[in-house]
Amino acid sequence: MSDKSRLVTLIPGDGIGPEISNSVKQIFGAAGVPITWESVDVTPVKGPDGKFDIPQNAIDSVNKNHVGLKGPLATPVGKGHRSLNLALRKEFNLYANVRPCKSVEGYETAYKDVDIVTIRENTEGEYSGIEHEIVDGVVQSIKLITENASRRVAEFAFKYARANNRRTVTAVHKANIMRMSDGLFLKCCRQAAEKNRDITFKEMYLDTVCLNMVRDPTHFDVLVMPNLYGDILSDLCAGLIGGLGVTPSGNIGEQGAIFESVHGTAPDIAGQDKANPTALLLSAVMMLRYMEFYEHADRIERAVFETIKEGQKLTGDLGGSAKCSEFTDEICRKVDNY
Amino acid sequence: MAALKRLSHVMKATTSNLQFVRALQTTPASFNLKRHQVTMIPGDGVFPELMNYVKEACEAAGAGIDWRVIWASETGASQGFGADVKEVLDSCHATKVCLKGIISSPHTVGAEGLLATLNMRIRRGLDLFANVVRVKSVPGFETRHKDIDVVIIREQTEGEYSALEHESVPGVIESLKIITKKNSERIARFAFDYATRHNRKKVTAVHKANIMKLGDGLFLDCCHEVSKLYPHIEFDNLIIDNCCMQLVSNPNQFDVMVMPNLYGNILDNLASGLVGGAGVVPGESYSKKVAVFEPGARHAFAEAVGKNLANPTAILLCTSNLLHHINLDKSAQAIRNSVEHVIKSGKVRTQDMGGYATTLEFMTAVLAQIRREAAN
Repeated sequence: MSDKSRLVTLIPGDGIGPEISNSVKQIFGAAGVPITWESVDVTPVKGPDGKFDIPQNAIDSVNKNHVGLKGPLATPVGKGHRSLNLALRKEFNLYANVRPCKSVEGYETAYKDVDIVTIRENTEGEYSGIEHEIVDGVVQSIKLITENASRRVAEFAFKYARANNRRTVTAVHKANIMRMSDGLFLKCCRQAAEKNRDITFKEMYLDTVCLNMVRDPTHFDVLVMPNLYGDILSDLCAGLIGGLGVTPSGNIGEQGAIFESVHGTAPDIAGQDKANPTALLLSAVMMLRYMEFYEHADRIERAVFETIKEGQKLTGDLGGSAKCSEFTDEICRKVDNY
Repeated sequence: MAALKRLSHVMKATTSNLQFVRALQTTPASFNLKRHQVTMIPGDGVFPELMNYVKEACEAAGAGIDWRVIWASETGASQGFGADVKEVLDSCHATKVCLKGIISSPHTVGAEGLLATLNMRIRRGLDLFANVVRVKSVPGFETRHKDIDVVIIREQTEGEYSALEHESVPGVIESLKIITKKNSERIARFAFDYATRHNRKKVTAVHKANIMKLGDGLFLDCCHEVSKLYPHIEFDNLIIDNCCMQLVSNPNQFDVMVMPNLYGNILDNLASGLVGGAGVVPGESYSKKVAVFEPGARHAFAEAVGKNLANPTAILLCTSNLLHHINLDKSAQAIRNSVEHVIKSGKVRTQDMGGYATTLEFMTAVLAQIRREAAN
């Protein structure tokens, strides 16, 4: 499988996106990862229907390669633009968002030894986008939970847990309040648990998870949940380890996957060689594992963590004064040595 | 006098007329001579055990309370022969004040085939629209984060807790979240009034208006409109996921927060976790007429029933707040001081606070301290 170079779509993104994408390319080059990047631009173009949408060649590229890496995208506020992130998610049916949050040694926070993976249903729930004003001053927003989507993400959670040597999957829900919708989600998780007896299954209310998470996050392993809860908990977990600058993310679909950093475009430091590429780099490492390039993944990940732990070449957001390129060079040097 | 007192409850819950409330609060302690009727809903889990200690604490602190105990529950053994909602509502309407343990909500649809939980029916029946949880670091009890002092104000009658769900086709469930202008404005005004009355500087609206543009958008608009009437209070807003991230990394930036129902549930628990857990944080809910005092993070702790493990701190602080609300300030202060004293001295603490004491040992220490305080 790894004999021949594989094509991967690269969406460098906006703001600091191009710099951190270059950093990833450089490190992948140093590690000798057998992939070839196919860079595409996803700046919306006006389609025949007058709507702005992702250019066709970007869609074709991901459809062909099945794997993509994406930097941060600027979403224009308002103006009837569909959020590009949402568009990509819909276009490629990326049903599960996976966010591993692991404490980064050398980057101290109030919490130690965090090692949690949040798996979020990514296609429905509170993000259905179905809302209307019934009468003046009364708005109804519809949360949509389906058996198919719930089962799909539940089964993925167990599959992920097994593939990544995890022991426990916890379903996070609010079925005591939303008895039918969250009840259905929970039922699907229980059914998936039945089929995956080698993995311990737990279920917990969202509020209980929040309460316990901030007291002692080491009790948690893999969490699976509907869309909004996943949004909230994944950011909460990122907060435990120091924010979105060090948190990778992957969106898994039936035909492919897009890995991305979930931080912003940081326009204030764009083009100044100050950005921290860690989140995109760790997302790229997740991508390598998804493509079963385990050896390369381990080597790069080790180099990143060692560089941060040593604390000599850190970017500004990590408390250092190194440039993005210096941080990158240091990782390349380590990758070479292993 | 009785009419005036009743009015004071109304004023406390809703008014921004500060002078009037202050005038009532300085009324002499002669109230103590009178006995007060208070509804007590022991609830589920460890709370029935804890309520006995509450009664003892009130007696020791010299607060003359006649408790109207109502057993309401929708789980396990109590289901079916517990009190019905009407009984709860009638008693709360009559007494205007209630101390409530946690009523567990099972996943299954209730015995009457209702989607709404008993808690929802009580809160809606009494129109307890505002829930207030003040999360404050416990003096002398170290946690990861220091000097936390945030107030979480949660809309409690609509939103995700509307119990409107249906199966459109097999395998597809729609769950409705309802946001109304009327209730959003009401909670926003409550939050700004609260901030004014308690000398707070800032109100933050927490929402997800980037996704639920109409629903949460309406909530945010209402907060924004109301904020214009309170130029002395700073107003900002934050998206719920970012808010959670900020709370665990830098909780000291927050002051008063206001939000729709579900986000309140999340933040109450998250923030309670930051200062030591569900066992130490009190909360309260208000309608125009009724005040209900119950723990801020709602966990019945069923696994600890009968094990003498539960931490009574939260329910005792609820009790103290309740006594304060009915102007039994001296008794209220005695209970609060005693709980804080015992925790601060560090010798007798329950397991959730890293100690080895049983509930009984903790309560023995607290009661002894209350008696000392009351004797002074």
